[in-house]
Amino acid sequence: MTEQTIGQSVLRKEDMRFITGKGQYTDDINIRGQAYGYFVRSTVARAGIVNVDVSEAENAPGVIAVLTGRQLADDGLGTLPCGWLVLSKDGSGMKQPPHPVMAADAVNYAGEPVAIVVGESFQAAKDAAELVVVDYDEKSAVVDLATVQDADQLYDEVPGNISYDWELGDKDATFTAIDNAHHVTRLTLHNNRLIPNAVEPRAAVADFNPATEELTLYTTSQNPHVVRLIFTAFVGLAPEHKLRVVAPDVGGGFGSKIFVYSEETAVSWASRRLGIPIKWTAERSESFLADAHGRDHLTEAALAMDEEGNFLGLYVKTRANMGAYLSTFASSVPTYLYGTLLAGQYKTPSIYVEVEAAFTNTAPVDAYRGAGRPEASYLLERLVEIAAGEMNLSPAEIRRRNFITEFPYQTPVALEYDTGDYNASLTRALEMADWDGFANRKAEAELRGKKRGIGISCYIEACGIAPSQVAGALGAGVGLWESGEIRVNPTGSVTVLTGSHSHGQGHETTFAQLVSSRLGIPVEDVEVVHGDTGKLDFGMGTYGSRSLAVGGSALSRAADKIVTKGRKIAAHLMESTEDDIDFDDGEFRVRDSNLSKTFQEIAFAAYVPHNYPLDELEPGLAEKAFYDPGNFTFPSGAYVCEVEIDPDTGETEIVKFTAVDDFGNVINPMIVAGQVHGGLAQGIGQALLENCVYDDTGQLLTGSYMDYCMPRADDLPDFDVDTTVTPCTHNPIGAKGCGEAGAIGSPPAVINAITNAIGVRELDMPATPERVWRAIQEGGRS
Amino acid sequence: MYQFNYHQPQTIEEARSLYNKSEDGLYLAGGHTLIPSLRQRLSSPSDVIDLSSIAALTGIERQGGVLRIGALTTHDSVATSEAVLGHCSALATLASGIGDAQVRNRGTIGGSIANNDPAADYPAAILGLNATVHTDQRDIQGDNFFSGMFETSLWAGEMVVGISFPSVTAASYVKFPNPASRYATVGVMVARIDDGVRVAITGAASCVFRASAMEDALSSKLSENSLDNVAIDPDTLMSDIHASAEYRAHLCGVMARKAVAGL
Ligand SMILES: Cc1cc2nc3c(=O)[nH]c(=O)nc-3n(C[C@H](O)[C@H](O)[C@H](O)COP(=O)(O)OP(=O)(O)OC[C@H]3O[C@@H](n4cnc5c(N)ncnc54)[C@H](O)[C@@H]3O)c2cc1C
Repeated sequence: MTEQTIGQSVLRKEDMRFITGKGQYTDDINIRGQAYGYFVRSTVARAGIVNVDVSEAENAPGVIAVLTGRQLADDGLGTLPCGWLVLSKDGSGMKQPPHPVMAADAVNYAGEPVAIVVGESFQAAKDAAELVVVDYDEKSAVVDLATVQDADQLYDEVPGNISYDWELGDKDATFTAIDNAHHVTRLTLHNNRLIPNAVEPRAAVADFNPATEELTLYTTSQNPHVVRLIFTAFVGLAPEHKLRVVAPDVGGGFGSKIFVYSEETAVSWASRRLGIPIKWTAERSESFLADAHGRDHLTEAALAMDEEGNFLGLYVKTRANMGAYLSTFASSVPTYLYGTLLAGQYKTPSIYVEVEAAFTNTAPVDAYRGAGRPEASYLLERLVEIAAGEMNLSPAEIRRRNFITEFPYQTPVALEYDTGDYNASLTRALEMADWDGFANRKAEAELRGKKRGIGISCYIEACGIAPSQVAGALGAGVGLWESGEIRVNPTGSVTVLTGSHSHGQGHETTFAQLVSSRLGIPVEDVEVVHGDTGKLDFGMGTYGSRSLAVGGSALSRAADKIVTKGRKIAAHLMESTEDDIDFDDGEFRVRDSNLSKTFQEIAFAAYVPHNYPLDELEPGLAEKAFYDPGNFTFPSGAYVCEVEIDPDTGETEIVKFTAVDDFGNVINPMIVAGQVHGGLAQGIGQALLENCVYDDTGQLLTGSYMDYCMPRADDLPDFDVDTTVTPCTHNPIGAKGCGEAGAIGSPPAVINAITNAIGVRELDMPATPERVWRAIQEGGRS
Repeated sequence: MYQFNYHQPQTIEEARSLYNKSEDGLYLAGGHTLIPSLRQRLSSPSDVIDLSSIAALTGIERQGGVLRIGALTTHDSVATSEAVLGHCSALATLASGIGDAQVRNRGTIGGSIANNDPAADYPAAILGLNATVHTDQRDIQGDNFFSGMFETSLWAGEMVVGISFPSVTAASYVKFPNPASRYATVGVMVARIDDGVRVAITGAASCVFRASAMEDALSSKLSENSLDNVAIDPDTLMSDIHASAEYRAHLCGVMARKAVAGL
């Protein structure tokens, strides 16, 4: 019997419960005697807090308590840390003003929590929240990223509102290359700010048991162990062994549920203080205001080339908006997840990047699907596309001339690519997109009064985050390995425990396929458990497309250990030696004989050790592994977007979108295609539709779906997706990661297609109909 | 939402008297504007008077060349009604382009025009098709019904009971949806009624309006080219994060031309 399902589109095991409403999300969890929390949020973007009067609210019907940021601070709770220390050019550490769990003295963005009302019902808490009177000493808000340095200083310890001024690469070599170049292509752009919008809003049910002093938090997290660690080590809520964090079914994260936020922390504190369980579920408008936002970079760049269009040097200067505080991993996003990616797929010999991280009176900004890598690939692929035009080369040709073709390849920006074949994915994408037939399609569109355009993007990303020692040397406050455990049950089915967390990615299926194939047992016999610090070893969670490459590799190692032990047991049972036992397809065989035992027989023998080498071997069959990756993985791909534009209105229709990705070995092509589709939808959303806008007083103007435009099915074409494969060289699966690729590679492809269609050089995202129409009116600024 | 008293009257008279007795009552039709505003606590009526059980408020009839639609008729009913399609398919097209299926199954024509959202579609039909609004107290000419942003000439407690559309020779509605909300950034209804041409524009300004310059141009010759030299003054239009006044002015022309082409 062969159970080799790797490479097959096994239907997702988790979907039955999701599509029949049997999922168990945080808000589905109710605990006897539970109260409800509702937050009083700052109505202004910047102010001193003169006074918080809770007297009326405390006496309102159904109110149990009203707790303020001042009380929280007086209780000795710590502030929310940023877990990645970035250094400035001069070697000084990033400036990190305290990020209070709830504001006590001052508020720094509209929506910042100031107090929590705990009520017998959601309604009672929400009603009473309106009765809390906060006396604000309002100050003018700092909102414009371009001018933060000249604006009011927000924090005493942060001159010019710049947290750090970081650099990477060889400045002299880069400037020399630019000075001596045949041609330099320059570009200035804004990578637009996004609001994540997972379907399930953030939620928390905190349950403190005064008798045992144990605190259990059910919450919407991508990495419950990290929440537990920060709660213990930084916030001081409870010791780790008295703290259990459970992330049950989670409805989408995209990065926004990595972070340790004010609300989940304050609810946990309130539960401890009051000794009752408390639930909080964000309303959608709270998600808009207070989930960490994404992107928001202002960048200028210069790409130097010789006569042939070979890249000689790249200079990039970026100002990144951090919002009001440094969120959990915010500092790493515009630096180590951005600057290090600027080589892209190209052998540019010298690169120099400098990044200023700026504070503004807006919601904190942190990792959002792609995190730094979309910003890098957008910049680079726009720059390369423009350079092609200026050098009179086709967009494909300029890329091919500069592709890295020999691996391993050390980039000038710290990373070492292990493998890849960029020509292969580009060739395949151009073929699928029928690049050569474009001229005819354009002419035909012209007859219908439409402007048709085509654009390429060749992206790279660094996933499988990360080798702990490398990350540590770069400032990470945590290790970035992953844990995995396989518990074989006596009848031969297995329970798999992983420190990765699935919130839509389909781990329960992919990991089951992996383990079932390794052990030669049916996929149905594998159950994947994740998201509960009470059940699992420490784990680092899911983000940065790391789960299969790192978490899967841990499971692969654990499976190896199971097989090793199984062979010992089999050798004993069949009176052979370990070295003579082969394991294949779920059977342990004595080499050159017809003796064999099934995996299930071995499992049974391990738990009913009547005939068992007890003097040499412990009974039972369960193994765990901690896997620390040897390098990042480097998924890459080539995307081709084709658009039609109505010149009368400026409306863009994506008529064709081709995505060819190299994710290394693929376990479940259907799940991978699904991840690509979702990523493309978000990337196209950024390119055409989504935009977070604050007014100049720091009020969020795009605080609902009436104004914040999410991509809908009818905004998107059918996607043509395919993969090419160069297996990752340094992990046991050969997988690279696929979760973010779509969001990373698609925005430049879309904008390159639009600028191609209307003949303009530059166009900011989102390319709304009005922007495109205006660009057409202005006749192109080439 | 805040607490309120909920009523479900069976007749128009009963609804009226409940309104008169309430301190600060509001009628509830499809609830697709009212319920969100209650939930966001932007509205705090003492009493919510649900009109959904009043049979006299629903239904579509076509008699003697006049189409009468009850105030409580849903957008979906209008979009799919044989009577509407026979009378003026542009009206069905307009209704079928409102929101999504869920919205069309709940939202009503009476609620839409009573609310008079500047970006709503129906107001363009009321003005463009020269409709008459029937209330429980009087008939109001469509041209006199809308008075400003979210404002109508309805008196306090006055209830829309139905709308009548005279016969039209030809009509066409074209909308440029706001990409986020899918309400109208600009929606233009062009209609030929007897010998005149009406052009009503919604979404562009703070209130639906008739574009008289376009009407004049099209009355001389009902063709797209007649609009070539007619511009809408951006100073009279709205600007927001989705569209500037200049762009809206431009779209008025584009949508009007498309509407004329669709006649
Ligand atoms: C997601 C979404 C998308 C939408 N998209 C569009 C769109 O694209 N285009 C568009 O035009 N509209 C759109 N709408 C609006 C919707 O179609 C309804 O027309 C609108 O909500 C009002 O109708 P209603 O029946 O729901 O009224 P309600 O919400 O019940 O009432 C609205 C107001 O009118 C008053 N009222 C209701 N009926 C009467 C009456 N008979 N007499 C007097 N006063 C009355 C109520 O007291 C209330 O003040 C959308 C709504 C939503 C939620």
